[in-house]
Amino acid sequence: MSEAVLSVENLSLRYRVPGGTVAALRNVSLAVRQGEVLGIAGESGCGKSTLAAAMIDLMGANAEVTSGEVRLNGRDILALSPAERRRLRGREIAMVFQDPMTAFSPVLTVGAQLVDFQFNLDGVPGREKWVRARDMLARVGLSDPELAMGRFPHELSGGMRQRAAIAAALLMRPAVLIADEPTTALDVTMEAQIVHLLRELQADYRCAIVIVTHHLGVIAELCDRVAVMYAGVVVEEAPVDALYHDPRHPYTRALLACDPARIEAATGRLPAIGGRLPDLSNLPPGCAFAARCGIATDRCRATPPPCVALGPGRSALCHEVTP
Amino acid sequence: MLRYAIKRIALAVVILITVMLAMYAMVFLVPGDPASLALGPRATPELKELLRERMGLDEPVLMQVWHFFHNALTGDLGYDVWSKRPVLDQILEFFPNTLILGITALGWAVVLGIALGCAAVVWRGTVTDRLLGILSVGLISVPAFVVAIYAILIFAVWLRWLPAIGAGTPGDIGSQIRALILPAFALGIGWVGYLARLVRASLLEVMGENYIRTARAFGLPERRVVVRYALRVAIIPTIALLAVGLGSILSSAVFVETVFGRPGIGTLITGAVQKRNYPVVMGTVLFMTAFYLFIVTAADLLITRLDPRVRDVFRR
Repeated sequence: MSEAVLSVENLSLRYRVPGGTVAALRNVSLAVRQGEVLGIAGESGCGKSTLAAAMIDLMGANAEVTSGEVRLNGRDILALSPAERRRLRGREIAMVFQDPMTAFSPVLTVGAQLVDFQFNLDGVPGREKWVRARDMLARVGLSDPELAMGRFPHELSGGMRQRAAIAAALLMRPAVLIADEPTTALDVTMEAQIVHLLRELQADYRCAIVIVTHHLGVIAELCDRVAVMYAGVVVEEAPVDALYHDPRHPYTRALLACDPARIEAATGRLPAIGGRLPDLSNLPPGCAFAARCGIATDRCRATPPPCVALGPGRSALCHEVTP
Repeated sequence: MLRYAIKRIALAVVILITVMLAMYAMVFLVPGDPASLALGPRATPELKELLRERMGLDEPVLMQVWHFFHNALTGDLGYDVWSKRPVLDQILEFFPNTLILGITALGWAVVLGIALGCAAVVWRGTVTDRLLGILSVGLISVPAFVVAIYAILIFAVWLRWLPAIGAGTPGDIGSQIRALILPAFALGIGWVGYLARLVRASLLEVMGENYIRTARAFGLPERRVVVRYALRVAIIPTIALLAVGLGSILSSAVFVETVFGRPGIGTLITGAVQKRNYPVVMGTVLFMTAFYLFIVTAADLLITRLDPRVRDVFRR
């Protein structure tokens, strides 16, 4: 297996908020290799978007990395100077944003922005950047790219905007693509098309993709491996088939049980995980999921769970799982 | 776009007519007969009647209104019996002084205000930001005429750097510029604070937008992010305000023109109101309203060019 292009090692990150701190990520370790698609799943507030932001070094001003590294092609980007980090963006790592409605400036044309976004591409004249942008729009399936280049973002449909956002991310052929909820703002038909497009582009460009989503269907369609997050930790990591067919961590099982697409028996009831996320500014001493877990014991509530290896590329953070 | 422009211009004309009708109503509700005021308490009734006739005040009000609008359309704003000159001539003589004063005052205020607003955003949350905030509020709170008086005291009386009154010698650009500095300073200083606050607020709002994050995510340098992505959007409310600002600065120029003894629209209109000199009052108000509407309409059209979303709302 080839070397990881992007890896996160023991990353802990917290947000400073009025009256304390919120532990958004705790000792997260993940890696993605060239050509691999990694899915990060979890419910709202589990830290998956923070993790995505940390990977491209776009955390908010109130975020504070307390430990760990983010290595891009072997270099720890958190140790680089701001100018050096800026040089990497777009070229080595790029992001597809969650909401294509607001991801583009409303007062500049799509073309002007796509040209701007190639800022880190040295020695390429503006005219050539324009051509590259137009070709990329054609590649992501816009029927009239020339016209779309001259349009303002609000003049494109939601699906077209999302395609344009993907085109923007691919402009400089980055080694890693981070997609934060790439289909959440779209309807089901559009979602299917975008998933199809991402799969196609991934096959063409062989870049590593990290997809952050709460949509398990998207992960099943696209990903090679999945990391399930809960309350700022990765609770289970597994190849996608293994995870879907044999979920091991109680949280993963509960999550899969709640996926409307997987409910075969017409019970007429949509199951939900009882309770809610623990308070991240005041975490319990043991397993963060214990309060909502059906099989939790006193040990779970008292001591943090170990990371149990469950086979090749497979692990779970739980007292109760056995290899 | 063209339809929108026509709509805006038609609206401006309607506003202009409404303002003039309201002005006419107000002028006739204010007590005091211009003929008696002009001729003094010992004038004979015949003399008063003659003057009233020459000012057109003997006609029915509606006829006066009709004549006024009819003449105004042909560029004739009436005749001033006091100075024995057409009203338009007087306006055109005084208006450039006021306009230059207003533009200079607003001009330096815009440059400094936007710079201070950007500075507050770059150093947001720091001591600099807080000091700029206190400074801005202070500048907004001080009335222009107070600044004017202290400016005269310090720079004209004590330091003797600049002239205290007048608009400079005609034909001598140097002396005109020197005479402009203090009034423009006094008139613009409040706007520095105002614009700094406005630019800071709208920039901060825009800096939180997703597209700012996008621009950063593609490695655009911070300066380019602020100027091309943030300021371009943040400047829109400022432009809308500037149009209104120029109107209000021209009207508040009255104080500054009075303090500095500077000939201008302000001194013209205050003098005319005191003398119940209706032709000059009406002519000046019509002229200033038209000018103001012109600026506001032009600014609206400019905003539609800057913000394509607004443009499209009106294209439909």
